[in-house]
Amino acid sequence: MSDTIIRAEGLGKHFLIGHEVPHSAILGEAIMRRARNLLRKGADMLRGRAVVEGDEIEEFWALKDVDFEIKRGEVVSIIGHNGAGKTTLLKILSRILEPTTGRVAINGRVASLLEVGTGFHPELTGRENIFLNGAILGMTRKEVLARFDQIVDFSGVEKFIDTPVKRYSVGMYARLAFSVAAHLETEILFVDEVLAVGDSEFQKRCLDRMSEVAHAGRTVLFVSHNLAAVAALTRRGIVLNGGRLVFDGRIEDAVAHYSASLSKGKVARDWGRGIHSEILAADLLDAHGQPTGAYEPGTPLNLRVEVETSTMPGLALDFGLRDENNLPVAFYSSNSFSGITLPNQPGRHVCTLSLHPLFLASGDYSIDIATNSLSFAVDHSVPNAIAFRVGACCPGDVGYDFNQRLGHGFIALQPMSPMRIASLAVTADPGPLRQTRDSAS
Amino acid sequence: MGKGTSQELILEAGRADRQYWRDLWRYRELFFILAWRDVAVRYKQTAIGIAWAFVRPFMTMVIFTIIFGKIAKLPTEGSAPYAVLVFAGLLPWTLVSSILNDASNSVMSNGQLVTKVYFPRLIIPLATMLVGLIDFGVSLVILAGVMAWYGMVPTWHILLLPVFVVLAVLVAVGPALWAASTVVKYRDFRFVIPFVIQIGLYVSPVGFSSSVIPEQWQLLYSINPLVGVIDGFRWAILGGESPIYLPGFALSLVMTAGLLWLGIHSYRRTERGFADIL
Repeated sequence: MSDTIIRAEGLGKHFLIGHEVPHSAILGEAIMRRARNLLRKGADMLRGRAVVEGDEIEEFWALKDVDFEIKRGEVVSIIGHNGAGKTTLLKILSRILEPTTGRVAINGRVASLLEVGTGFHPELTGRENIFLNGAILGMTRKEVLARFDQIVDFSGVEKFIDTPVKRYSVGMYARLAFSVAAHLETEILFVDEVLAVGDSEFQKRCLDRMSEVAHAGRTVLFVSHNLAAVAALTRRGIVLNGGRLVFDGRIEDAVAHYSASLSKGKVARDWGRGIHSEILAADLLDAHGQPTGAYEPGTPLNLRVEVETSTMPGLALDFGLRDENNLPVAFYSSNSFSGITLPNQPGRHVCTLSLHPLFLASGDYSIDIATNSLSFAVDHSVPNAIAFRVGACCPGDVGYDFNQRLGHGFIALQPMSPMRIASLAVTADPGPLRQTRDSAS
Repeated sequence: MGKGTSQELILEAGRADRQYWRDLWRYRELFFILAWRDVAVRYKQTAIGIAWAFVRPFMTMVIFTIIFGKIAKLPTEGSAPYAVLVFAGLLPWTLVSSILNDASNSVMSNGQLVTKVYFPRLIIPLATMLVGLIDFGVSLVILAGVMAWYGMVPTWHILLLPVFVVLAVLVAVGPALWAASTVVKYRDFRFVIPFVIQIGLYVSPVGFSSSVIPEQWQLLYSINPLVGVIDGFRWAILGGESPIYLPGFALSLVMTAGLLWLGIHSYRRTERGFADIL
């Protein structure tokens, strides 16, 4: 048997999607549109094609000309923007979708986790759902029975195992679901973004379990947005962009490739304009002054904004940093904090700003930029003008990744000097705390 | 399932999957579990629970006996009580119509599974077949009760009842598979199937004996494969009182086989695209 366990050649997947055209308020037009749709759908049906909902039909390739090989025992992650084709690829590999072009050869038994808790029935108890979900994922009753205690243990819901899962909290539900999935044992495993369930403590257990799986000699394909987790779990990365494979190699290079493409791949959108000013462009800059989509914690945060102003005096430039849940994290205002306003000669200006190094927790961030007049009226506001990602935040280089999702905040505090620890002399009289002090020292 | 299969799996557009039937066997437990789920969930949070499985067929029997037997005064077979005649027809009819009805919606209502996990898709509609059979078992108990009430003793014919049960399931499975795959593609059929079932109840000899149909139309009537099945049930349950019209029965068998082939064929052809459409 060859060492190659999965081989994909020229893989492509084609979809038809429908768009709704904004509805016309004119009755005649609305009726015409409906009549046209009805005719088209009827014709589709007569020709034996599937019915696509919508006024305009668009064809698109979710995946195109993808080639790769995966060797037995390799642990590979697939990264890419939303809509880059990651999930489509996993669905083809796990036989849910049929490829339009190309072929895949797979040697071995496959299990795939595209979501946790597939097929969970709310009316059934936790115990019943374990068996149901196990069977759906391809485990036999015997296999589930053999691992039942482990699964319940791992989930930590043994008190409620005979309660219908509709009475569970969202967290308990997710934990039970993940636990069943985590105990699948097949040669090849595909995992799609299921690491982010439960509270931070449970997430850590999930990651530990995943790294156990990854190091047990099985072939694993990960799809994840959690770059820190991906980097820790895998050695090889495949980057997809717009349905094409754009990079395949060491995970560090893949993450760098992906982060760099984040800023380039920025979707052009209309920022509109204010009455007295217009923000034209905004970028996060790297150490060489080039636009980037990744920020390295502990380096200066360099921003550049292009803005056009009129004669209005006293316009300030405000920056609001937000986390991946769009909650405000930090703020800077050029006028209120530094007394700097934009020039009142009409024209275009480039503003560059270098902020003190921050140890930002890993995750996604966005920066809202706005021009503000003296009367504190917002003139032109661009939410989410800059998006960037912090791949990993390892303050102090001890290998700990400080992540937004841990719920400990967004900034890793930096000590001015190492924390000092001095021993206290143990007093002669046996005080009430003596016992504790002894064991602590 | 710990042992790995060494055979290479090829995924390609339009490729008939040679492993399909082997997979179907390997996933046999899922077949039972899905059926068990449907049964387990059905009577949750109802007051009388499983008793509904008894009440529904019993009430239908009473109503049909009154309408066809007492009001329309249709003849029974030999000396058999009209209620037993009706129930012997109601048994296969309920089995077939519930399989057809549940199966036609099954793939759509299990869309969550179809778009997230692989397993041979045939399992979904086939599991509803098992659910139908469980209800059938309950109805059989009622039949025994009704027969005891009338003091009827089954003849040796009853031993052949399982054969007709299998036949009834086969009659249902063909159209059920076709409906299940068609409903996914064209949801219009979700409205068509219940309508067809409603009509089917009156064009099949459920509330009356098929001997009511004039001689010269008997063969044509047997194009409906349910005629053969219901006649078979009556033959087995009522004993020699209800003879089978053999040419018609043969035609029903041919129709059944044809529909079965059509159903499997159309299902297998469509199922590869289920996840695209759902």
